Amino acid sequence: MEIALLYVAGAVLLGLAGIGVGVGVGVLGARFLEGIARQPELLPMLRTQFFIVMGLVDAIPIIGVAIALYIMFAVVGG
Amino acid sequence: MASDAQTTTEYIKHHLQNLTYGQHADGSWGVAHGAAEAKAMGFWAIHLDTMFWSVLLGALFLWGFRKAAKRASAQTPNGFLNFVEWIVEFVDDNVRGSFSHKNDIVAPLALTLFVWVLLMNTMDLVPVDWIPQIAQLMGIEYMKVVPTTDPNATFGMALGVFVLTLFYSIKVKGLGGFAAELTMQPFQAKNPILKILFVPANFFLEFVSLISKPISLSLRLFGNLFAGEMIFILIALLFSGGAVLAVAGGVLQWAWAVFHILIVLLQAFIFMTLTIVYLEMAHSQH
Repeated sequence: MEIALLYVAGAVLLGLAGIGVGVGVGVLGARFLEGIARQPELLPMLRTQFFIVMGLVDAIPIIGVAIALYIMFAVVGG
Repeated sequence: MASDAQTTTEYIKHHLQNLTYGQHADGSWGVAHGAAEAKAMGFWAIHLDTMFWSVLLGALFLWGFRKAAKRASAQTPNGFLNFVEWIVEFVDDNVRGSFSHKNDIVAPLALTLFVWVLLMNTMDLVPVDWIPQIAQLMGIEYMKVVPTTDPNATFGMALGVFVLTLFYSIKVKGLGGFAAELTMQPFQAKNPILKILFVPANFFLEFVSLISKPISLSLRLFGNLFAGEMIFILIALLFSGGAVLAVAGGVLQWAWAVFHILIVLLQAFIFMTLTIVYLEMAHSQH
């Protein structure tokens, strides 16, 4: 029972992280493309800012992924 | 895989264990054998592998850049010199872009953090078993080669940045100015009684945002690199599963390494940018 709960916890972590980062990067990418379409000459500046913000958005889900994998492979097995 | 006798769990745990030096339960000082012993050492223990690799890479950065700086001349520069010049210009552009006050320490600090974090992150691209195996042949039980996958290293750097932000906040705005910044916003009022009533709420909000800066700075770097390392370790497990899985593991290892280059660069860049932004916030008056 407890091991099953750990697997569920890992799965929930992975799933919620995926939903969050999907919405986040989706909105970010849409606005990025809109910005380029409006003012193509701003592309270099926008690209830098895009990557900064993407790194910020990306960080929390990737931490979630790491913890989920750790739970599934190291905690459950041990 | 280290050996057939190990289970996958042991393999993962072995890879996530630092070489810890500290005081044993019986009072003697030495290197811990195993996670339980390392945990029993408590606060006054040091991760030898993290210290070794971070100091080594820091020294490599200083030596390489010093060499390039000494050779710099008006003649046509060669390969490495070009590379160093490109990095310095890149950092300089970023500092000029987001830091608008006069402070000589910010650009060198940003350069150091960027190149140092980048070098430490790059250790992640070395296949996970190579250096630990060599270390094992030399008799060293645990070896974690990527310093940024150790929260101690990232927290150390973030604390350094935090101390600098506090120092410049107080130096630029004065102790009173800094205290006012912590207590007089975001809720503002003209009425003096109302102003005092707002102090606890303001202080709570501003204090949380002040403390969250170094924590998020360090956890972001640690989390990204830890996740990358974790996936490398899980892929490396495939090598023990027969020829077909080993080939698949090799391809996956390569693919993840290529993708990971983006994270390695991006996280070093973000660490540098956020450091500049925090110092800029410390300098700006309200």
